[in-house]
Amino acid sequence: MSDGPTVKRSSLSSRSYTTEEPEAEPAVGREGSLYLDAWRHLRRRPMFIIATAMILLLALMAIWPGLFTNADPLACDLADSLLTPSSEHWFGTDLQGCDYYARTIYGARVSITIGVLVTAVSTLIAVALGSVAGFYGGFVDTVIARITDIWFAIPTILGGIVILRSVFSTRGLFQVSLVLIVLGWPTMLRLVRSAVLSVKETDYVDAARALGATNFRIIRRHVLPNSIAPVIVYATITVGGIISAEAALSFLGVGLQLPAISWGLMISVAQNRILTAPHLLLFPGLFLSATVFSFILMGDALRDALDPRLR
Amino acid sequence: MGRYLARRLLQFIPVFAGATLLIFLMVWAIPGDPIAALAGDRHMPDAVREQIRARYNLDDPLIVQYGKYVGGVFQGDFGDDFRGRPVTDLLSQRLPITVRLALLAFGFEVVLGIVAGIVAGVRKGGFLDNLVLVSTLVVIAIPIFVLGFLAQLVLGVRLAWFPVAGIQHGLYSYLLPAMVLGSVSLAYVARLTRTSVVENLRADYVRTATAKGLARRRVVGVHALRNSLIPVVTFLAVDLGALMGGAIITETIFNIPGIGRAVFEGVQRQEGTVVVGIVTFLVVVYLLANLLVDLLYAVLDPRIRYE
Repeated sequence: MSDGPTVKRSSLSSRSYTTEEPEAEPAVGREGSLYLDAWRHLRRRPMFIIATAMILLLALMAIWPGLFTNADPLACDLADSLLTPSSEHWFGTDLQGCDYYARTIYGARVSITIGVLVTAVSTLIAVALGSVAGFYGGFVDTVIARITDIWFAIPTILGGIVILRSVFSTRGLFQVSLVLIVLGWPTMLRLVRSAVLSVKETDYVDAARALGATNFRIIRRHVLPNSIAPVIVYATITVGGIISAEAALSFLGVGLQLPAISWGLMISVAQNRILTAPHLLLFPGLFLSATVFSFILMGDALRDALDPRLR
Repeated sequence: MGRYLARRLLQFIPVFAGATLLIFLMVWAIPGDPIAALAGDRHMPDAVREQIRARYNLDDPLIVQYGKYVGGVFQGDFGDDFRGRPVTDLLSQRLPITVRLALLAFGFEVVLGIVAGIVAGVRKGGFLDNLVLVSTLVVIAIPIFVLGFLAQLVLGVRLAWFPVAGIQHGLYSYLLPAMVLGSVSLAYVARLTRTSVVENLRADYVRTATAKGLARRRVVGVHALRNSLIPVVTFLAVDLGALMGGAIITETIFNIPGIGRAVFEGVQRQEGTVVVGIVTFLVVVYLLANLLVDLLYAVLDPRIRYE
């Protein structure tokens, strides 16, 4: 099948480009209009606007926490231990007498960084491997599918505990992110693979191939743009899931370690004082839930917008 | 059908081998000598240390250790923990507790999830629909340990409706942890049922049934529901396995001595046999649950046949 076009391409490379462009143009135009359409739909959705506002606020918190508080989260006074919320300390203070509002604000950085970093890297791995597996099929596909099967059989939190406890001697942002990437990519890969499989058989892919497009070009220009929508939706929701997983690992004592400032770690410390100082649990819990909630809400809104069948 | 089953069981082998090998390597790759750590500050005579190391095959290359271990597993021997107690004893003691917890959670999830999903799906866009959509989203968004603490604080400590922790009050003390454990799956079941019901109510056969003059109750309750539940049932089957693996956090919060606690303590104490044993067990549960799902597909949907 690929013999014919490859022989000709050497002599007709410049012309085949010009003949291909008009064919590729409508595909891009259609794709553009899908996103334009989705954008028009999203602009008027209150759910999307709320989610965007919350995510922007959290991103600002992560990048520039000094904008929200003047207090230093590491400047603590033991005389102020376990104060309840007041006008001076909005969220009270923790056992060491640190300003809890400042700590909660500074905690956004770890969560957002890990959530975005892990999702971005595992999406990249999944798109690269998933498009190859879905597009070429055969042996490569079988090998990748068997490997993901093995990963799926290991419970995520359990795998995280075992790796973090046994492989690393210190656990920081990098180690926790790495473990979550290692455990997270197979789910995403399955999604990319199935999306690529459904696009692979379409007429415009056949048309591109008939015009002599290389496999790489077909994947890049036709298959990926048309199968990326569910990936975007899932990736958005995954950011929330990863943030939650990081907090769970830190809560169990196998994630980040003090003096790192993380909501999961704060809740972990709070669990011993749940009766005497419930505010220690309340505020990081509230921020954590709100963050996860806004990413899920955003994913939901994107799904509605990108999949017209659901409207 | 027989051939399909045989092929599926054959496919189990690489997944089982890969998953257990992976966990085995990670657990036993721990730097440091767990046997020396057993003695704490005191000096352990070299002869004793050698003897214990030999007993747990620690001087063999890792891959040989793994081979001996899997050989034992197939004979029902999951090895001993570092106090000389067989891991199977630990499993038979801890497992019923986690199974009880998981089954209760599963019950909540099935009953409440499906009912909420149907109620929401039948009146799409109505008040109840929006209530279900928003509340399930909130439940999914709140991390399970935050939810667990809130439930413990409010329902256990403040209102004293439920025991705060432990299992000394019999089945009653499992109720609250089970609700927490099942909450996220419950939300997923409700959403899945809703979507499925909405889709099926738009199908041609529902219109036909209505046109024939069947009562609305029968159209929804029999025709639409039976078809809508196919994806839900398959989700539920996989989830039963996931509940057992996911019970670690709930068991930690409510101090329930199930396999989740056991595996967590095993990791902390570097007790490789305990960790690998329980994970191996969970992998088998997961594989069987998946097989069950595929077989259920064929039972529920006559269009699917396995040759």
